[in-house]
Amino acid sequence: MPDKVLMKGNEAIGEAAIHAGCQCFFGYPITPQTEVAAYMSRRMPKIGRVFLQAESEIAAINMVYGAAGSGVRAMTSSSSPGISLKQEGISYIAGAELPCVIVNIVRGGPGLGGIQPAQSDYFQATKGGGHGDYRLVVLAPSSVQEMVDLVQDAFDIADKYRNPVMVMGDGMLGQMMEPVEFKERKPAQLPSKDEWKADGLKGRKEHHVINSLYLKPEELENQNLKMQKKYAKIKNNEVRYEMYNCEKDVDFVLVAYGTISRICKNAIKLLAEEGINVGLIRPITLWPFPEKAFEEVIDKTKYGFMSVELSCGQMVEDVKLASNGRKPVYFYGRTGGMVPSPNEIADAVKRNIGGAK
Amino acid sequence: MEVIFQRTKGLLDVPTHYCPGCTHGIIHRLVGETLEELNVIDKTVGVAPVGCSVLAYNYFACDMFEAAHGRAPAVATGIKRSHPDSVVFTYQGDGDLAAIGTAEIVHAATRGENITTIFVNNCIYGMTGGQMAPTTLPGQVTETTPYGRDVKQAGYPIRVSEMLSTLSGAAYVERVSVDSVPNILKAKKAIKKAFELQLQGAGFTMIEVLSICPTNWGLSPLEALKWLRDNMIPYYPLGVKKDITAGEAK
Ligand SMILES: Cc1ncc(C[n+]2csc(CCOP(=O)(O)OP(=O)(O)O)c2C)c(N)n1
Ligand code: SF4
Repeated sequence: MPDKVLMKGNEAIGEAAIHAGCQCFFGYPITPQTEVAAYMSRRMPKIGRVFLQAESEIAAINMVYGAAGSGVRAMTSSSSPGISLKQEGISYIAGAELPCVIVNIVRGGPGLGGIQPAQSDYFQATKGGGHGDYRLVVLAPSSVQEMVDLVQDAFDIADKYRNPVMVMGDGMLGQMMEPVEFKERKPAQLPSKDEWKADGLKGRKEHHVINSLYLKPEELENQNLKMQKKYAKIKNNEVRYEMYNCEKDVDFVLVAYGTISRICKNAIKLLAEEGINVGLIRPITLWPFPEKAFEEVIDKTKYGFMSVELSCGQMVEDVKLASNGRKPVYFYGRTGGMVPSPNEIADAVKRNIGGAK
Repeated sequence: MEVIFQRTKGLLDVPTHYCPGCTHGIIHRLVGETLEELNVIDKTVGVAPVGCSVLAYNYFACDMFEAAHGRAPAVATGIKRSHPDSVVFTYQGDGDLAAIGTAEIVHAATRGENITTIFVNNCIYGMTGGQMAPTTLPGQVTETTPYGRDVKQAGYPIRVSEMLSTLSGAAYVERVSVDSVPNILKAKKAIKKAFELQLQGAGFTMIEVLSICPTNWGLSPLEALKWLRDNMIPYYPLGVKKDITAGEAK
């Protein structure tokens, strides 16, 4: 069995990408994810791969577009303000159906915001961000180990569907150190890129074009419908979530992703001591959102759901859609880099189930 | 029968969408011929811009990318870094390269990115219908400078070749024109040299090509060629701006 090593979240991202065969990393410094770039700058040249510090996040994502379109595994990472700059490129990558991985170690916003952990980029990541009808697969790890596993999965999912995949963690996850293990993975069965990659004809008859322009409306509509079919397939196949303490009947169910889900688990333990039985749905894919997790508990939960977020309430909209009026949905969040304690969350639970009585 | 002129293999046998008299077509031809003569069509990847030449990806015979507006040098960087043995070029207009894409071209040049940029300067935004470009001349009337470009209000045109030639990463920068047969021949020589230098790994190479936009200048093609000679060349002097091989034994 491989050994466990103690690693900082951001460095683990880099190492996981290397394990996944990432050939090119393009980055631009921004707190709290700069260690990803620093790590890659140390490691990539030593193993004959590409690290390049771009002049901006815009350039970095366009370098990813070039690398991914020429058939290699490529990644960029940034934090919220930088991810905003990448949105143009992400839209083009989605439109051209290129596989790549984008890491967002989220900090508080809007604007320059702050450098402390947040989850306020949920809308941007899951609802579009850039222009046009497209979707990113969004993976949300809650530990450094899960970060390592999901970064590697992200490359496979991207290649499988020819779609950009975002790994979204909050600043805490990037900065914390935890023991991780780089597990032996059997190589995924993935479609060949020979059909579409543009890396020179090399004897091929037809030239390949990496493009998202369709001037004829019927062609653009067809391209969109084709992409929608792909998204439907992803929704079918790739939904991931964890159910915690949901086996028995529950008084209430929390919904939380990322590091805040760990604090929720502590809150659930505190509540259990008081005889209040609370479960947790932890979405691992934020898109596709794990609606089916709600079906497992919708009849059981006495007082409904509470979305707990490091934002002013973004995922709660998806929780409401999943509950679809069948059970009440509440929200509790802190923002701007403030992180609630287990007690704060437990109190919020008690307030809401009191209110529901 | 002897064939004395034929389509270059560097271009596909498809009709282009350019306006009658537009010199984009000539510039395509020069690039296509170069790729053919250097026998690199098979390993070349081109990057088309956003602008009138957006559909260039349908015309060049090599593999092609369509980049977001101004981002072609970054896209080309991603391709070239992934495939150092390939030949990579960008084809960009003046709005694409010298306004929205200024950061990308400056940094590709200063990194000495081993790519070739074909920079088509026509002093105007052609595709969007003739607005002021960063290269629009002082006093020039466009859709967004209806009283002529007032440099006090709109600033001065950028001489991109001169600017980039100050960067250490730039190996070869030359400004050429396609207004006459002798100039077209010189342009061809420059373009070919740029690609040859890329093949030698010399670093960033750019050929700025002065080009006409009869449609948006509101001139006939012949008048437009004269306008280029009378107005553009004095402001944008032709010639080599940077050549790291200058002085080397031929
Ligand atoms: C982000 C973005 N902004 C604006 C546009 C609209 N646009 C399309 S082409 C163009 C100008 C192109 O002019 P130039 O680069 O000079 O090329 P030309 O058409 O003259 O060959 C603009 C502004 C766009 N497509 N994308
Ligand atoms: S608008 Fe101008 S630059 Fe564009 S194709 Fe027509 S003549 Fe050429």
